[in-house]
Amino acid sequence: MSATILSPGLGSWQQRVKTAPWLGSVLAAAAAFAVTIANGQIQGIPGLLAAALSFSALTVLVALGQMLVISTGPGNADLSIPSTIALSSAVSMLVMDGSDSMVLPGLVAAMGVGAAVGLLNFGLIRLLRIPPIIATLANSLIVMSCAISLGRGLKIKPPPIFIELVTLRLGGIPLLALFALAVSVLVWLVVERTVFGRSLCALGQNARAAEFSGVRVVRTSLLAYVICAALAGLTGALIAGFAGGNSLDQGDEYLLLTIAVVVIGGTSVSGGRPCVPGIWGAALFMFLLVAMLNAAGASAGLRMLLTGVIIITVIALAGSGSERA
Amino acid sequence: MSLSFLLQGHPSKSAYLRAALPVLALGGLLAAVFYRQPMAMSYFGLNLLLNLAIPVAFATMAQVVILAVGDLDLSIGTFVSLTATIGATLLPTNPALAIVVLLALIGVYALAGALVEWRKLPSIVVTLGLSFVWLGCAVLLLPVPGGRAPAWMVDAMRFKVPLAPLPIWVALGAALMGHWLITRSSLGTRMRGLGGHAAALARAGQSLVLLRAQAYALAGFFGVVAGMLLVGQATSADANIASRYTLVSIAAAILGGCEFSGGRVSPAGAVAGALTMTLAASFLTFLNVPSDWQIGVQGAILVLVLGLRAAMDLLEGRK
Repeated sequence: MSATILSPGLGSWQQRVKTAPWLGSVLAAAAAFAVTIANGQIQGIPGLLAAALSFSALTVLVALGQMLVISTGPGNADLSIPSTIALSSAVSMLVMDGSDSMVLPGLVAAMGVGAAVGLLNFGLIRLLRIPPIIATLANSLIVMSCAISLGRGLKIKPPPIFIELVTLRLGGIPLLALFALAVSVLVWLVVERTVFGRSLCALGQNARAAEFSGVRVVRTSLLAYVICAALAGLTGALIAGFAGGNSLDQGDEYLLLTIAVVVIGGTSVSGGRPCVPGIWGAALFMFLLVAMLNAAGASAGLRMLLTGVIIITVIALAGSGSERA
Repeated sequence: MSLSFLLQGHPSKSAYLRAALPVLALGGLLAAVFYRQPMAMSYFGLNLLLNLAIPVAFATMAQVVILAVGDLDLSIGTFVSLTATIGATLLPTNPALAIVVLLALIGVYALAGALVEWRKLPSIVVTLGLSFVWLGCAVLLLPVPGGRAPAWMVDAMRFKVPLAPLPIWVALGAALMGHWLITRSSLGTRMRGLGGHAAALARAGQSLVLLRAQAYALAGFFGVVAGMLLVGQATSADANIASRYTLVSIAAAILGGCEFSGGRVSPAGAVAGALTMTLAASFLTFLNVPSDWQIGVQGAILVLVLGLRAAMDLLEGRK
């Protein structure tokens, strides 16, 4: 089903931007990088680039899932991501228990925890017929309580080989970034080439029309929530490995960050129009922005203030123009 | 959800049940608390139990206004924190500046509403962004918990009102104010119209941008009131003092009979909902629920309330 949009003649630059919604975020990232180089010291660039890629990789992994959920319809978003990350990072550390041989089971457990949260999210949305925002918000409190009672005082170091893997660089490029790139390509293929991906776009653009035309609405949105939470779960384990252990606030920043990255990356907030490449540009842009603010000596309060302002500005400029939540 | 439109029938007996639900829930919970702690059945006990509901009632009223226009405010908690922070820092030292700043904040709220309407943005994304703006401002103003509320404010909140404790009078006041502003006044009616059927209002020549801006400004006003009451009670502030209000206000409003779809709200029910949510938190401590699980139980209560509502919707649909 060719539910996606626009193939008019590429006349003006505006139309060109519309057919390549990722372009803006990539240009913004490039500009931010240029400014950072112009301001900073040249010798720090390989390090900065590696750090940017590592952190962006984590953001991208979570944001890919958030993109799927946002694409299910106007005003949809998964607000349980921070709790999912807190819980899955605790579970992964418990399962791995510092032993090299348990890395894989730990990662699987983290994804399993995420998938379970996603299933619960969808169950609430479906059974209670409430907006996803409320369902995921309520569920996030329950999940957070589990994470608190499980993770309190937990001081398990990640297995040595896991630490090595998440911080490994191949020719200056972090392995984590390559992994995130592979997952991005996979998600892109799924969105563009599979029945699920096409159904997702149809569902997001007009749920009734999609339902009447035989799209399996329930299954499609179930998958979106489960994939989103499973990716958040996996990322929780990776963050714990990256940070040398789990903590309850590890996922906090990923709530606004993922929504911002998805929207800045050109995905439509009104649903039905996911955009995978833009996520990379937006993730790098957000990292470099915070790095710049840090370098300029901005305090935590000012950073939050500016992040909020920038996000609102970008969303206002991008505008959805169509149906609201 | 996608098919809910098929299930909405005409108002019926269960509509009355729906209106009675918040009051019944409050009464039941109060009875349970009294059974568990008979000492609470006194002027002092009630005051202690319901004290925390005073700011929550006004934060809930802010959420009700936003729900009335069909939106959701994810920033009200951080906004109340920010106004409380202002109450504990600027207000005692420079009252004139504090008032100007608070008015400006209400103006920002109005702008956000105008932006949501003008650019057709989802309110949740805008208010989620706003929540970071408010939190950032609060942290800038008060990096560590502290400050001091003006003495007159603290005294006012400690005033021993005759007949019934202060929280009950404030709750009545909030309910009456909300009922008058949202249910009875012309502005309130237009706001609910905006949430119920925006196109009809546009046909009637109303400016939707102005209307949504007014609704957000009204929510901002209620938020400021909540912040002032909160800081008077707490005597000092911190940047995260009211962060849980976002969720509590949504839960209270929904418990009180408001709909997510816009247009259908019940300010008086929402105040009962706010009292219920506060009592529920106290009740959990009476029951010795471990602190680890307290927020989880809050989430579970929200799910329970929504489950009851879904069941009622189903009943209505069948009739």
